[in-house]
Amino acid sequence: MGDLTMLRSRHLLGIEDLEPAEISLILDTAVAMKEVGTRSIKKVPALRGRTVVNLFFEPSTRTRLSFELAEKRLSADTMGMTTAGSSVVKGETLIDTARTLEAMSPDMIVVRHACSGAAHVLARVCRSSIINAGDGTHEHPTQALLDAFTIQGRKGRLAGVRVAIIGDLAHSRVLRSNVLLLTRMGAEVVACGPATLIPVGLGRMGVTVTTSIDEACEGADVLMMLRVQHERMHGLFLPSVREYFTLFGLTAARLARAKSDAIVMHPGPMNRGVEIASDVADGNQSVILDQVANGVAVRMAVLYLLAGGEQNEGA
Amino acid sequence: MPVVMDADRVAKSLTRIAHEIIERNRGIDDLRLVGIRTRGVPIAQRLAACLKDITGTEVPTGVLDITLYRDDLMGHDVGPQPLVRSTEIPFDIDGRDVLLVDDVLYTGRTIRAALDALIDFGRPRSIQLMVLVDRGHRELPIRADYVGRNVPTSKKESVRVHLVEIDGRDEVEVA
Repeated sequence: MGDLTMLRSRHLLGIEDLEPAEISLILDTAVAMKEVGTRSIKKVPALRGRTVVNLFFEPSTRTRLSFELAEKRLSADTMGMTTAGSSVVKGETLIDTARTLEAMSPDMIVVRHACSGAAHVLARVCRSSIINAGDGTHEHPTQALLDAFTIQGRKGRLAGVRVAIIGDLAHSRVLRSNVLLLTRMGAEVVACGPATLIPVGLGRMGVTVTTSIDEACEGADVLMMLRVQHERMHGLFLPSVREYFTLFGLTAARLARAKSDAIVMHPGPMNRGVEIASDVADGNQSVILDQVANGVAVRMAVLYLLAGGEQNEGA
Repeated sequence: MPVVMDADRVAKSLTRIAHEIIERNRGIDDLRLVGIRTRGVPIAQRLAACLKDITGTEVPTGVLDITLYRDDLMGHDVGPQPLVRSTEIPFDIDGRDVLLVDDVLYTGRTIRAALDALIDFGRPRSIQLMVLVDRGHRELPIRADYVGRNVPTSKKESVRVHLVEIDGRDEVEVA
């Protein structure tokens, strides 16, 4: 049994705020939550009577559905809001939208927003627990947690595991959260991408930075591919998609440079033929669909732990 | 601290209960044991060993974590959530006689949660309850079918069950 039984904050805004023991607590709790998903009745009453609002200001399929499913499996009542067809198109600000929703007394708000720091802003003005489901190019903590859960499930540990993160480093909140989490848990991280997409200061986060995918793949236990985020590129970062694939796409030949039992990960949605070759994405080393399944378990763990409750030792 | 059960008494109780189980169920082919975390788990395993000694039959034994079914998860203050650990019931309980096993029966709330959890796994023919110690003070209409020892207590006292597998010794104390 771990020493820690709770998270220090009632919000999950980023991996940055989490200590290694808190990360372990979430991952351990997710193991139990994963078992719930294997039952014929995949629902437990832990969050009965709690209300969770899913506030998605940016397009999202898997994260939104994953959170919704996690909430439902814990018996919480859920409400969803996406920007299309909401008051946001009429000009309401983020804070006003949140305050309006708060008047309906939800217990938790899951928020995704295109602006970095959006979740932090809500945490300052709201009484509810805020869960960051991705804020701009800043953090996406539940993605990093589910990635870590997947790696731990396959490799049995995080410490000492060599993880190559390859792709659009500049626009990736997935990268940032993963680097913070993996380095904190003792993994060895290599980040690889085109020189135009390497953010300043990445080397100071405790990772090795390279522009050679062959070098990044060499001896890796985990190859984590990042999506090329065309929608966030307001400038000429890449000459062409074909050139990107030639220089940075994960192919079977490059995968062969990694350890023979290396796993291939991708947070989705994938651009086949851009950052990853189809045969690799569908190959037997790919754990991309495991990541989706694990996402539900990890989000259940986060929701459960943040819901809080008074410790009551009764027989 | 007064010791109400020593190692010898714990062992004898389990043997006696094993005989009672066989008598009451007229055979144990459909019996499935489910230990409630934490200390119900080793007790269930020992009971399975007793049943095997007597009948030669291996009784499938599972583990139930009732945390997600507790009725005290509703506090709205920031506070520690009870640690959730895995439930492992690697067999079908439909149509079987399930024997829930726990260390202490007190308010009955744990057993209420365990019944809810178990029923989410299927529809057993019957659910029975075995506890090492029944200390009284029920808050729900729940009773045990097999009891190691009835120990009258006051609500101020606490009953501490120590088991070799977890605590290094077998002993039940009232403090």
